[in-house]
Amino acid sequence: MRHTISLLVENKFGVLSRVAGLFSGRGFNIESLSVGETLDPQISLMTIVTQGDDRIIEQITKQLNKLIDVIKVVDLTEMDHVEREMILIKITPKPEDRAETLRIAEIFRGRIVDSSPRTYTIQITGDEKKIEAAIELLRPMGIKELVRTGKVAIAREGVKKREM
Amino acid sequence: MKLTGAEIFIECLKKEKVDTIFGYPGGVVLNIFDLLYDDKDLRVILTRHEQGATHAADGYARASGKPGVVLVTSGPGATNTVTGIANAFMDSIPVIIFSGQVPTKLIGNDAFQEADIVGISRPCTKYNYLVKDIRDIASIIKEAFHIATSGRPGPVLVDLPKDVTAGKSEFIYPEEINIRSYNPTYAGNRWQIKQAAVAIAKARKPVIYAGGGVILSNASEELIWLAEHTQIPVAMTLMGLGGFPGDDSLSLGMLGMHGSYYANMAIHNSDLIIAIGARFDDRVTGRVEGFAPDAKIIHIDIDPTSIRKNVRVDIPIVGDVKLVLKDLNEILKDEVKEQWSEIRKAWLKQIDEWKRERPLTYAWDEDIIKPQFVIEKIYELTKGDAIITTEVGQNQMWTAQFYKFHKPRTLLSSGGLGTMGYGFPAAIGAQIAFPDKLVIDIAGDGSIQMNIQELATAVIHKLKIKVAILNNQYLGMVRQWQELFFRERYSYSYLHTEQVPDFVKVAEAYGAVGLRAKKPSEVEPVIKEALRIKNTVFMDFFVDWREKVFPMVPAGGAIHEMIFGEETKQPEKKLKAVK
Repeated sequence: MRHTISLLVENKFGVLSRVAGLFSGRGFNIESLSVGETLDPQISLMTIVTQGDDRIIEQITKQLNKLIDVIKVVDLTEMDHVEREMILIKITPKPEDRAETLRIAEIFRGRIVDSSPRTYTIQITGDEKKIEAAIELLRPMGIKELVRTGKVAIAREGVKKREM
Repeated sequence: MKLTGAEIFIECLKKEKVDTIFGYPGGVVLNIFDLLYDDKDLRVILTRHEQGATHAADGYARASGKPGVVLVTSGPGATNTVTGIANAFMDSIPVIIFSGQVPTKLIGNDAFQEADIVGISRPCTKYNYLVKDIRDIASIIKEAFHIATSGRPGPVLVDLPKDVTAGKSEFIYPEEINIRSYNPTYAGNRWQIKQAAVAIAKARKPVIYAGGGVILSNASEELIWLAEHTQIPVAMTLMGLGGFPGDDSLSLGMLGMHGSYYANMAIHNSDLIIAIGARFDDRVTGRVEGFAPDAKIIHIDIDPTSIRKNVRVDIPIVGDVKLVLKDLNEILKDEVKEQWSEIRKAWLKQIDEWKRERPLTYAWDEDIIKPQFVIEKIYELTKGDAIITTEVGQNQMWTAQFYKFHKPRTLLSSGGLGTMGYGFPAAIGAQIAFPDKLVIDIAGDGSIQMNIQELATAVIHKLKIKVAILNNQYLGMVRQWQELFFRERYSYSYLHTEQVPDFVKVAEAYGAVGLRAKKPSEVEPVIKEALRIKNTVFMDFFVDWREKVFPMVPAGGAIHEMIFGEETKQPEKKLKAVK
């Protein structure tokens, strides 16, 4: 099963490598990882998406907790949470598809962030399903390049966080 | 007053009550070594290789319970410590490694003797640091000692760039440190401990499975009390040997791949396993699916990641073994010991039968020295009053089987990593910690050659280490596997008789003493002579090269699916049982 794990860590050099090394050293796969500073510049928050059965996830969360720089580990999967991802997608539509491309972008509340005579670059944010759907609809228009941020996630307010 | 980084470093070590450093100098750590030249309180043990220094610090830590300290230069000096660091990491040994680093402005520029040791050592240290600012030296060193010695201990590396040790700053040693993300759990959950006590009371066929955690947390007394009071037999891992007296009637010796028949049978047939500071290593469990099918498992460990990593656990207790056992014993103390004896009678009788059925034995030979006989004789002549280190392989397993360890911290052996070349430098560390104790390294001819250069270290410091080399001209354990599972194709395990050095001459070349025994009758006189000599001694025992370690659980087998040597299959042959 896919799990979204939120990780509060000390904002020090080498921390990302410790976390990533923990996964690679044990043969666990990271599907996506995003990281950034929190309100406290000494602390960063990582959102990691990974796969595994209960036993593997238990090991992952325990091992993460064991890292000296990790302050808190929360598995968001089984609690109500909001998650978002952003993509930048560069489309090279044929002249007759240009209007359709813009229409699809609008459906997904995408924004055109760059355009050239032959391309549109569209920014779309949303949960995984929305992103996947947008990519599928835009694929026939001719995708030249695509970049994804990886997921960021946060628990919904009023929900007690389950600390691991 | 402002001090240089090197001076601050030395002051910090003194604050941590360090009196011995194992190390090797080099360009970027000369600021520190220059100060050590005149220092009366810090003794530097110059080894001949940085791996030797790290194993020596590890041996020092295991024997004394104090952290071991290593100081090496950058680049190759630092990378040479990696095997020693990984060794200490696998066995949870508190070692602090200080490595020199090129000046901060050169880091990342492929400077001469630069290596990213922080990156290299990350997966095999408990934590590591690169000191980028001289003002951080003191607090980092304080943290390094704290992290290495608390919770589940382990090695911590501190990388010190040359300009940091050369610069000047105020010296303020922090009284306290607070690492918000690091708070090991020491006290076990009361309710879980109560559950454990209930399970122990209910069990009819319980076994204690004690590991290195018992020794690391100095919980031997509590373990002995628990076992004696509740009459539960104790099987130990390699790392746990000495945690419970090997000559006690409740001792089952070592369990696992080369464990005793009775330890493995007891574990397999048990209805309750009380795992204490042990981590269900694959060498212990054999095939996990077949491990102790009817047993409930209580698992006490300070490291939550050890629990449920390999086997299912019914009652997990996270905490320091000593504290948890104290609490558990407190609950159990009201039960009357005699009642336990009655309840356990049938189970202990069954175990005695297993002990009689297949004791640890070997076939005696009048003409060829059996390696087990050498270990037996060492035990007999030292009366078990020695610190024994081992190398890795057959010598290690025979030592675990045939030497009865009475006390904790008397067996120093590379358990998790299985590092050939560990025993001799570890013996140096142990002898430095305890100059008056008898320290013996039991080695193979393959292993001893991995760090044989440390003879110089031993001799120059007038250490009286005795090295018993079980010389069979083979990488014995590799040969054993090839014989049993690779149709006797001894691919590169034969060291060639003419290429195994004359260990007597090697010893003499370094200023040590070399002795040799070729016949069983010469074994005892050689050991006695070695014990008499006040110098480092190599004892070269020409042993039977065909000898194998039995019992053995073949890879993929369950713990009770052992294979035995001919000598134990054919009782009509002349057997020599271990006393």
